[in-house]
Amino acid sequence: MSQKDPTAPARFDPEQAAKYFFRHGHTGWLGLRYCAHGNNWVELELPWREDLLGEPDRPVLASGPIVSLMDMASGMAIWTTKTQFIPVATLDLRVDYQRAARDRASVFGRVECYRMTRSAAFVRGVAHDGDRDDPVAHIAGVFMVIGSDPRTGTALGQKSEMPHD
Amino acid sequence: MTEQASALQLPAYARSLGITIASMDERGPILTVDFGPNVEGRPGAFHGGATAGLLEAAGYAALRVALERDERRHGSQPQLKPINITVQYLTAGKQKQTFALGRITRLGRRNANLTVEAWQDDGSRPIATAVMNILMA
Repeated sequence: MSQKDPTAPARFDPEQAAKYFFRHGHTGWLGLRYCAHGNNWVELELPWREDLLGEPDRPVLASGPIVSLMDMASGMAIWTTKTQFIPVATLDLRVDYQRAARDRASVFGRVECYRMTRSAAFVRGVAHDGDRDDPVAHIAGVFMVIGSDPRTGTALGQKSEMPHD
Repeated sequence: MTEQASALQLPAYARSLGITIASMDERGPILTVDFGPNVEGRPGAFHGGATAGLLEAAGYAALRVALERDERRHGSQPQLKPINITVQYLTAGKQKQTFALGRITRLGRRNANLTVEAWQDDGSRPIATAVMNILMA
C-alpha cells in the first residue's frame, strides 16, 4: 500500500470529501463536520441541535444521530485506510452506550479501520463529547466491500496489493 | 388511529427525521418514514444511520406501549436509557416508504430486550433488523 502508483486516481482525502458528502442527504441534514484524520481513522463532529433530542423530558441527544455519525465516520475511515473511495455497505454496526452526552455538547465520532480483507472491513471507535478517555459510546462494525475496482475492472480482492490477503 | 397510538409521543429526533406512527395493532405501534433528502445516504438509498434511527424509534415506541399496558406498573413510566443496539443491514433501503415494528423479547423489571424489524414493500422481507437492550430507570 505504501508504493506510489502514478496512475492511481487522487488519493481519498476525508477533509475534501466531507465538503461534498455533508452538503446534502442525511449527513447534511444532521450537519456533520470533518474534524481530523490519520492513516486509518477519521473523526467527525455532530453539532448540538435541539431537534435531535431523544426524550421529551431531558435534554439528551437521541442515539439515532450517534449511529449516523459513527456509520459515516466508519465509511470514511475505510476509504482513508484504503486511500481511495470504494463502495461499501454496512453489514453490522453495534453501539454500546456508556453514558448520555452532556447537555448542549457536540458529539465527536472517531472511528478506525483496524482490518481490511478481500471482502470485509472491520471498524471500531468511540463517540465522545470532548474527552476521548471518557466516551459516550463505543462502536464496532463490519462493512462489506461491494462492486469492482473502477481502475482495473477486476473485483476487489483479486488485487495483490491488498493488505492481509 | 387508536387512542393509544395518539397518546404515544415520538421524541424530537424521530419527528424531525419525519418518522410518524403508521398504525397500531395488538403487536404494537408500526412506525414509518418516507424516503427523502433527510434520510438519503448513497444517492437513491437510505443512509444506514437513518434506518437505525427508525429501528431505534420503533423499539422505544414498542416498549413505551408495553409499559403503558402493563398494569403492574400502575401507570408509572420509567425513563428509558439505551444500553446498546446492534443493527444488521440486510439489503439497501430503496426510495420507498419504510416501516418498522419492535417486539419485546423480554420485559424485565430493570431492563428490556427487544428485536426490531424494518421493511419496505413486504413485511416478511426485512431490510434491516436490530437488537436493543434498554435500561428502565
